Amino acid sequence: MRKFWVVLSQSYMTRLKSKSFLITTALFMGFILLAGQLDVIFSWFEGDDETQVVAVQDETDQTFDELELFIEESGAPFELEAFDEGLEEGQSAVLDEEYEGFLMIRPDDESYFVANYYTDQLINQSVQDQLMNALQQVRTLWATEAAGIDQEILEEIYEPVMFETVPIESDDGTTARSQEELSVARGLVYVMLFVLYFAVITYGNMIAMDIANEKSSRVMEILISSSSPVGQMFAKIIGIGLLGLTQIGLFILVGFYTIESQQDELVGGFFEVFGFQDVPVSTYVYAVVFFLLGYFLYATLSAMLGSLVSRMEEVNQLMMPVILLIVAAFMLSMFGINLPESSVITITSFIPFFSPLVMFLRVGLLEVPIWEIGLSIGILILSIGILAVIGARVYRGGVLMYGKGTSLKDFKRALTMSKKD
Amino acid sequence: MCMTLKIDQVTKRFGQFTAVDELSIEIPEKQIFGFLGSNGAGKTTTFRMILGLIDATEGNINWHGEPIDYSRTDQIGYLPEERGLYPKLKVKDQIIYLGRLRGMDKSSILSALNQWLERFNITEYLDKKVEELSKGNQQKIQFISAVIHEPKLLILDEPFSGLDPVNVELLKKAVIQLKEQGTTIVFSSHQMGTVEELCEYLCIMQKGKPIVHGSLKEVKRSFGKKNLIIHAEFDLKFLENESGVLGYREIPEGCVLQVESEDVSQTLLNVIQGKGFVRKFALEEPSLNDIFIEKVGESYA
Repeated sequence: MRKFWVVLSQSYMTRLKSKSFLITTALFMGFILLAGQLDVIFSWFEGDDETQVVAVQDETDQTFDELELFIEESGAPFELEAFDEGLEEGQSAVLDEEYEGFLMIRPDDESYFVANYYTDQLINQSVQDQLMNALQQVRTLWATEAAGIDQEILEEIYEPVMFETVPIESDDGTTARSQEELSVARGLVYVMLFVLYFAVITYGNMIAMDIANEKSSRVMEILISSSSPVGQMFAKIIGIGLLGLTQIGLFILVGFYTIESQQDELVGGFFEVFGFQDVPVSTYVYAVVFFLLGYFLYATLSAMLGSLVSRMEEVNQLMMPVILLIVAAFMLSMFGINLPESSVITITSFIPFFSPLVMFLRVGLLEVPIWEIGLSIGILILSIGILAVIGARVYRGGVLMYGKGTSLKDFKRALTMSKKD
Repeated sequence: MCMTLKIDQVTKRFGQFTAVDELSIEIPEKQIFGFLGSNGAGKTTTFRMILGLIDATEGNINWHGEPIDYSRTDQIGYLPEERGLYPKLKVKDQIIYLGRLRGMDKSSILSALNQWLERFNITEYLDKKVEELSKGNQQKIQFISAVIHEPKLLILDEPFSGLDPVNVELLKKAVIQLKEQGTTIVFSSHQMGTVEELCEYLCIMQKGKPIVHGSLKEVKRSFGKKNLIIHAEFDLKFLENESGVLGYREIPEGCVLQVESEDVSQTLLNVIQGKGFVRKFALEEPSLNDIFIEKVGESYA
């Protein structure tokens, strides 16, 4: 057991102190901090921008004032300016970048007015949209006035309908998830999906790399003559797992700080931003449980594969199927987040390599019977156990095996290498 | 003589291939035991089986009456044939890690490490990364990692290969000193000279089978054949056809004969009497090299 701790702390500490780890962690934390201050950063640049001006030639002579009023009300980021030098002049002024665009309003017998907007850029549609909305409001105003409808009546017509969804309470007192709860759970599922995805790819790869490194530098033979390979494998998995928790913990801390520091601008604290305060405690517990189980499953697989290669370059090749598996699980859950009740999701929530993500998604979004959760966790634990037994045997033989190929044959060779009989 | 490491009827097969075939050896305590054999003879596989890294297909290996498992690894030192250290780690951190894996604590590792570095005259490497060291110095560090915990049983797989003569001497001295301190040492080599110098007991393996094994004296005696060196000022070619002469090799001063037994030498002495001036007439024990070539060659044929 002592040696287990020696290996564990070694794989944790050497990685923790390594430059590459420190740099990537610092970069990532900087990135989070920066992302948190994005609005501040944007505002630095926005300040420099001149206010955009749209030139308006109003030939109806009565539209401009009301149009300007509506534009101001809508808070559009541009101003209007009256213009009377005609279409040609207006267009060339736009080309000279004096104006953002040129709006020509001509009277029309049937429809009050016809508007043409002249601009040299069609990518930014927001100006057109806002102008169109404002003009629509002007037209509605006139039309209702002409029909003799009072402004107050108009407001009444457009009053939004009162509509509320009320969850029905079932016999055992639980209700279906309310809309708020659902969006909250969805947020948590998203976070969890990304974290697990990130963890499996990063730390799984780290484990495989570590083992391949020990093999290619041939230090492995000394290591396994000092302490049992199986113990080493698990010490490594847990050591790197702790490293992962440290790193993710740091990221969350920075994220937490970023949001807290902006509390004045945003409503509520960290948990409210993500809407986490309404989530039942059990969901958090499941998040941790499924995260750990998922990590162990993929880490064991990675360790097993890492022990089969003899050179670092082969790691990526062999890790490919693992990455494909987690990508498939990720895609499934992305699909499932909107359709959590589909049968594909229900079935895959029991399949080991998908269940950590998919079952958690179901638990977060639906009312899943406890036996189903239990069954899924049971299958997961069982498959981790099976994988650990196979992995340990492959590892034991694989670490002594050097060759150039990476194939199923190697897998069998590693198993015979470690055979007892 | 106390037999402590007992290899009993051990066979190891990898699929169809038999790496070690019914090997039975007893390795005495506190002695140096040499394993000889050409490449692929099964030496490394035997070592790995002794260490319990791989299991024998048949037979048992016992040390002090029990197979070696991970509860006793702290008493065992191992220098693998394929040298391996963490290239990116400093010598100090490296040895501390490997030492702790052998159950030592940090302070005793450091004091032992400093002693060894001083002994090998490489104290300046304490804080250097292994990849910055020359191959010979890496090998010294590797050797230190195998002996730092003062093992009772030390297994050295080709300890002297790739070292210059000065360093070979340095390492030999260290090995002899360890033996005097009571360590049982098993090592393999294809350098016959070193084996002859260091080992009281040895075993020559060929294709997984021990073809010669026992104490060095016994092996030489039971080999029977002797070398007869004659330096003379006349042609000795005719001796090749004398009865009892098995081999003839010309050297500038005369010839080296391999003779069936000691008695043949006396007959030959009579034969060359009066033929001319004889500078040297010496009967010698066969060298291990002769035995090795003959025995291994035989099994090739």
